[in-house]
Amino acid sequence: MSAAIRALLRNPTAALSLAYLLLLLVMSVAAPWIAPHPPTMQNAGAVLAPPNSQYLLGTDDLGRDVFSRLVHGAPLTLSASFLAVTVACLIGLPLGLIAGFVGGWLDEALSRIIDTLLSFPAIVLAIGVTGALGIGLTNSMIAVGLVFSPTIARLVRGQTLIVRSELYVDAARSFGASDARLILRHVLPNAVQPVIVQVTLLLAAALLAEASLSFLGLGVQPPQPSWGAMLARAYHYMEIAPEQMYAPGIAILLTALAFNTLGEALRVALDPTLKHG
Amino acid sequence: MQGSRWSRLLGRRLVQVGPVAILATFVVFALVQLIPGDLAIALAGEHTTEERIAEIRRIHGLDRPFLVQYGTWLWDAVRGDLSVSLLTGESVLTSIAQRLPNTLVVVGSALVISMLVGIPLGIAASIRPGSRLDGFVTVIASLGIALPGFWLAMILVATFAMTFQWFPASGSVALTEDWRASLRHAALPAMALAASGIAEVARQTRSALLEVLSSQYVRTLYAKGLPQRLVFWKHGLKNISVTLLTVFGLLVNRMLGATVVVEAVFAIPGMGSLIVNAATGKDFPVVQGVMLTMVAIVIVLNLLIDILYTALDPRVDRR
Repeated sequence: MSAAIRALLRNPTAALSLAYLLLLLVMSVAAPWIAPHPPTMQNAGAVLAPPNSQYLLGTDDLGRDVFSRLVHGAPLTLSASFLAVTVACLIGLPLGLIAGFVGGWLDEALSRIIDTLLSFPAIVLAIGVTGALGIGLTNSMIAVGLVFSPTIARLVRGQTLIVRSELYVDAARSFGASDARLILRHVLPNAVQPVIVQVTLLLAAALLAEASLSFLGLGVQPPQPSWGAMLARAYHYMEIAPEQMYAPGIAILLTALAFNTLGEALRVALDPTLKHG
Repeated sequence: MQGSRWSRLLGRRLVQVGPVAILATFVVFALVQLIPGDLAIALAGEHTTEERIAEIRRIHGLDRPFLVQYGTWLWDAVRGDLSVSLLTGESVLTSIAQRLPNTLVVVGSALVISMLVGIPLGIAASIRPGSRLDGFVTVIASLGIALPGFWLAMILVATFAMTFQWFPASGSVALTEDWRASLRHAALPAMALAASGIAEVARQTRSALLEVLSSQYVRTLYAKGLPQRLVFWKHGLKNISVTLLTVFGLLVNRMLGATVVVEAVFAIPGMGSLIVNAATGKDFPVVQGVMLTMVAIVIVLNLLIDILYTALDPRVDRR
């Protein structure tokens, strides 16, 4: 594992992505101290102002500081992505383990369910589930997690199938190890690495999903400042103040890029057969 | 003999697809079960009467057992009756029939752009792996995948519709009415959708080509003295056709999702605005109708792709 981390840090784009994400995390925690203004404070005298010394990135249509909203949007956007991916793991991990470990008709049935859920365009299914659960950030992220869970389940199932047929698992079983012990001691640890890679990539996908749903008005509700919601406001004032759309858009792009780059680098670093590829 | 081979193949694929198709209808139907509280009250909306709630309970058969409700709903859906909108009273099938073409023009154009740009980019990158061109394509591919499509759509509107006024900023025209105007309206949304498509196609083309070119039999071809160009264009490209089909199927699924958000930017009266407005207004028959249509498109296309695999590579048949 430590060799993998070293390999990761030797990759300059991966190290840069990691540094960016850590910085973002620090910024999220310290948002109230970093942001010069409260995110919902309105200044009627400065509406849609261009960037100036008082407002670093200008103000939005209600005279709120764009930079402060961007900073306060970071913890909201990040925690939303983490929530979605956590839900995906909570559903996907056990389902994948059961399907792969028990096998037989149960595996057949679970696999068909996974295939079915993956047949839906992700955003469309998420919109449907959000509509049913009720509009809002938490519900929409639970919906996204639900939509992402088959990806995790399929991955874990595949890993479980590989590990289950290993000789040492047979050996452990012949020594009388219980199924629970086999899963916890042998199957799960071997499935962790590919799951970490997938989780990192899914964080990027969840970020984009949050932005999309909030842009459509199904996620974050005003006056909360998620990056997607900021883009939705910027959209309505595009003709007067097109520059409003750049800051939140770039924030989303960079963060998704960082998660993706880190995920791909992790894949290479954790896979011994790819290390010199 | 040929005929029976194909019908047997189709039969086997249908057996595999059947359960997924039925499960998909079940997922769409069961969606309303996620609504917290009494479904009839939720469907009736905020300002309602006891009579209206009772009426809804009766119309939708909510007083009957769940599986009976599902069976009735499915039987109606199969016959083309997708119920009516709770908000407008309009037939759901009619709304979908009006809007689906607008979405298909955008998604279809985006698919064409993705393939036309993505495949050459992938080929160019794979000719010399590690070269500056390869690096450039990799960067483009990474950006394309991380870029929010609707944000790119906004940038395209600001640049090409507002500043330069080359393309219309919003709306759509039916293909049958005026195909030039239709494509002009679809151009910007299709480009916004195609960014991630190009990235995906280029990436997959590159890695599939590199894999084929490093295989044993290609080395044998070189050893036999075949010119590099012939090996590359004849054997390399022929062998990535299966990969390209897979990517195509994946893209159809993704773009049907992404178009929902992009359509909102361009105010296109398509499937996207239909489902978003319905989800916001708790108009569940419409939400279900759109989901059903989209998943049906994905499942049927994947079935066709599966059959095409066999045509391209007979070994697939022997699985």
